Formats: sequence, C-alpha cells, structure tokens
Amino acid sequence: MVDSAILSPTTGTTTPAVDAVPPKLEVRDLTIRYGDAVALRGVNLSIREHEIFGIIGPANAGKTSFLKAVNRMDVFTTGMRVAGEIRFNGRDTRRLNNVYALRSRIGVVFPLPVGLPMTVYENVALSPRLRGIKEKAELDVIVQRCLTRAALWDEVKDRLHALGSLLSGGQQQRLTIARALSQEPDLLMLDEFSIAVDPVTTMRIEDVLKELRKEVTIILVTNLVQQARRLADRTAFFLGGECVEIGVTEDLFTGEVKDQRTRDYVEGRFG
Amino acid sequence: MGTSTQALSGRATDTQAAADFDRRNLDWYVDKLIAVIVFVCGISAILFVLGIFFFVTKEGIGFVFEKMDFREFFLTPYWSPSDAEDPEYGILALMAGTASVTGLAMLVAVPFSLGAAIFIAEFASGKTREALKVLVELLAAIPSVVWGFIGLVIMNPLLIKWFDIPVGLCVLNAGIILGLMAAPIMTSIAEDALKAVPDRYREAAEAMGATRWQVIYKVVLPAAKNGLLGGVLLGVGRGFGETMAVLMATGHAVNIPGSIFDSVRALTATIAAELGEAVVGGEHYQVLFTIGIFLFLVTFIINLSADLIVRGIRKG
Repeated sequence: MVDSAILSPTTGTTTPAVDAVPPKLEVRDLTIRYGDAVALRGVNLSIREHEIFGIIGPANAGKTSFLKAVNRMDVFTTGMRVAGEIRFNGRDTRRLNNVYALRSRIGVVFPLPVGLPMTVYENVALSPRLRGIKEKAELDVIVQRCLTRAALWDEVKDRLHALGSLLSGGQQQRLTIARALSQEPDLLMLDEFSIAVDPVTTMRIEDVLKELRKEVTIILVTNLVQQARRLADRTAFFLGGECVEIGVTEDLFTGEVKDQRTRDYVEGRFG
Repeated sequence: MGTSTQALSGRATDTQAAADFDRRNLDWYVDKLIAVIVFVCGISAILFVLGIFFFVTKEGIGFVFEKMDFREFFLTPYWSPSDAEDPEYGILALMAGTASVTGLAMLVAVPFSLGAAIFIAEFASGKTREALKVLVELLAAIPSVVWGFIGLVIMNPLLIKWFDIPVGLCVLNAGIILGLMAAPIMTSIAEDALKAVPDRYREAAEAMGATRWQVIYKVVLPAAKNGLLGGVLLGVGRGFGETMAVLMATGHAVNIPGSIFDSVRALTATIAAELGEAVVGGEHYQVLFTIGIFLFLVTFIINLSADLIVRGIRKG
C-alpha cells in the first residue's frame, strides 16, 4: 500500500486516501533568509514515508539551506532565519522542546566527507553511545551492520581501530554514511554526497540507497540530474531560491514538465 | 498557515518519535547547565578586567584629580618622588625608557622569531622539528628573573668589554634580553599560524613552479598574517609589561636615552622598585598607581588596535 502511494502521480492536492498515511515531512510556505538575502522563497512540498525524494538545481538554488532548515541547523547558524512551517512526523519542528531529539532522528551526509578525528569504529559507535548504548557486543553488531550497509565493511574490517580521518576520500564518505545510519534515522538527507567520490563508489552507494529505501525516507540533494533519475521516486527542481517544479522523477525527464526551465535544466541546456 | 492540528496516524514509531521531541532528557539539561557554566566563566573575564581597573583607579584617582599637573606628569623627565620639600613626578624619562627597551626588543625578536617559525614550520622535518618545538617551548618557560640575572651577570661584562663602555646595564642589554625573552612565545604563536595554513595552498603554489621561498612569501605568509600579527602584538605586550628583567638589565637610572648604551628606567620597574617604600595612601603611592592606570590604558589601546587591525585584515 505504501508502494501505491509512491507510484501515484503527485498533484497539488492530495486525495483523502493518501492522507491516511501522513507525509513524513511536510513543508508549508518555507522561506529562508540570511540577513537580507533570501535563500529560499515560499516552498511547499511533502515527502512521503519510504520514498527517495530528489532535489536538483544549480548552485545557490537553496538546496542546502533547505536541508539545514529541516534538521534545525538554523539554531546555530548566525543570521539564518526560517519562516514557514516544517512538519516532521506530523510535528512542527519549530515548536519542539528538544531539538537534539529531532536531529538524532535525521541523518545528514554533507558534501565533503567528514571522518571525525577518532577511529573508524568510534566514528560509527559515537551515535549509539550518545543514545546510551554501552554494551560492547551490541556496539560491535551496530558498527558491523552500518559499515556493511554503507559498503565499507570489507575494506575496513581489518583496521577498525585506525584513525577514520586517514581513510581515502571515498572511504571517508562511506564512513560518513555509516555514521548517519548508526543514528537509525527516520529520515536520511544526503547533500551532493558524490562530489568527493569516484564513480564506482558512487554506484555502490547508490545501490545501498536503493536498499535503504525499504527502511528510511531519503532526501537526495544532487547536482547530477542523472543520479536523481536513477534513484529518486519524485524530484523537485530548485532554482534561485524557488521551487520551480515537483513531480514524479521520470516525468521530468520524459518531458512531462509544467515549466520550460525544468526541461532546460534536465536536458543540460542551462547556461 | 495550516494551524489546524493534524490528527496523528496510529503508527507507533511516529507517535513515539513525536513524544521524544518534547521530552527533555538528562542530556538536554546537562547541555543547558554547561551553557550556563561556560557563560559565567566567559563573563568573569569582563568582571576581572573591570575589577582590576576599578582597584587601580581607586588608588590612583585621588592624585589624578587633586594634585596632578598633566604637563609636568607627561612632559617633564624629572622623577624624584622622595624629595621631602618638592617632589617631582615627571614620567617622560620612564616612558622613554620603556619605549626604547621595548622597541629594541621587537627589533631583535620579530625577525628572529619569524625566521625561527618559518624554519620550524616550513623547512624542518621529523625529529629536528619536534626537538626545536620542545626547546622553544622550554625557552618560553624560563622565568624573567633568570633572564634578568643573565643580563646582569653575563651580558653586562660582555658589553663593557666589547663596546668599551663604563656600565653595561643599558638599553642595548635590556633590549636584547627582552627580545630573547619575547622571541620563544612569538615563535610558538607564529609557528602555529603557519602550520594552520592548509597544505593544499602550498601544493597549488608549488605546482605552478614557485620556489620554496616564493611559496612562503607569496602564499603562506599572507595566509597566516593574522596569526603572525597576533604573535607580534603579544610580544609587544610582553615587553611593555615585563618588570623584573628590565629592572635588572636597564641600570634603573632615570634618563632619556641618547644612545643604546645609556641606562634607563622603565615604568613597570619603577612601580616594582618603589611601591614597597611608598607610604600607603600617600602622594607617592598614588602616583605609582597613576602610572598603573596609564600602563593599563596603553595596554588596552594596544590590544584594541590589534583587534581592529586583525578585523580589518579579515574583512579585506
């Protein structure tokens, strides 16, 4: 039944039948400013459970700002102001008593890999430890599971206690993904994860994401339109702080678009 | 808008998660507590500065408002506070003493420590580098009275022999001693600043065919200039405020120096030497605290302008 929800084409108004499963993330009238500059203007969208939601668009489109707003990074970003409503699991994220609890349910992978200055094992065990898991055996299981799912286990299983920041760029990015998975997130947000990763590794991570869709909802921000096409169920096109169009991904590529700019961008005719 | 509360679905995990978002657990309270504690620690710096300023001012302000003649104080070089009939309080010679010694010390310390920092950060490697770093830090930890002793017992006869002067306790002696004292800490800070420049800058410049010195001069030094300037200003502050070594190496004679071989006396050394014998609350005592206020203000201005310069660099 979830599948049918994913496959049904999106329209502006959702039918009551779809409402039975409320959206994982619902965004209403989201506007983000940095000082006087507007980074994102009046965005409305909803992301369903267990879908991969792609966001494509050129630089300065507001993609990263969108992700930052979702997990409330605006709290510690000076000058960043967020207006509008973001509902996660039905809760308004601006009205929470414990913003850390929200963040712990949302995994984020940043564009450049961040191997924290500790061992590979400690990198992945950090989040479970923060949650209060102390048992060595339990941590071992989590670390192995997350590293396996991030397609990194085979490469690092013999040097789990080497420094995470000494891995190669591609390995660090998979370590970052493993760390995000160790949060056991509800929502996984990836921000141009393939920037620092070679094509082979990118494909391996993409396979991992396809698998993960069964368990988590994924927002995939990417500057590679073909990556969105390969992975995303639905895709939004952001341009200059505006959400130009949201649609079933395949429609954007087969010309079923409402806006000429979308067509131009996905066909690479964008200057 | 959408203010109507949405009915939550029956999914257990969602409800659970939604409840978690409102539950402030121990971690949340620890976070808030730490935030308060570090706030108090941070604010206390302001309290200490205000407290010191208040105390120093309280002791010296009586003289400033009642008896002080600003012209005499700043513009005459006659300092004879213990004269029973007509004490004179002119600090021009003391300012000249402090300025000349600090200036000479910076002439010694800046090139020396910059060179040492460039060698340690850019040229030395492996064991040499580690050994040098340890030694520099060791040098920085030598107490100022030891430096003063070196000035008095070693530099003094050497200067007399080399330059054929009657007394070796002079601007040159104190300047060298103070310069050597300030150099290790300046080296240490400058080296940190150079090491903070990312290697990719060096690699990008080297890849263009720039020589090692060109890389340092054109890329590394400009990138590190904030930290380098910070180190230099810390050195100036050190020289300006240093007391014991200058007391021992300058000769402690009230005198506007005509050459680097003249003995002088520093503002700080005057306070240290005379405060013990001044009658508490008396005029002499108050004048010494007025010098304290003056030192405080100058230090404040040095730090403030350093801050503004660094900000300006950051913007530009």
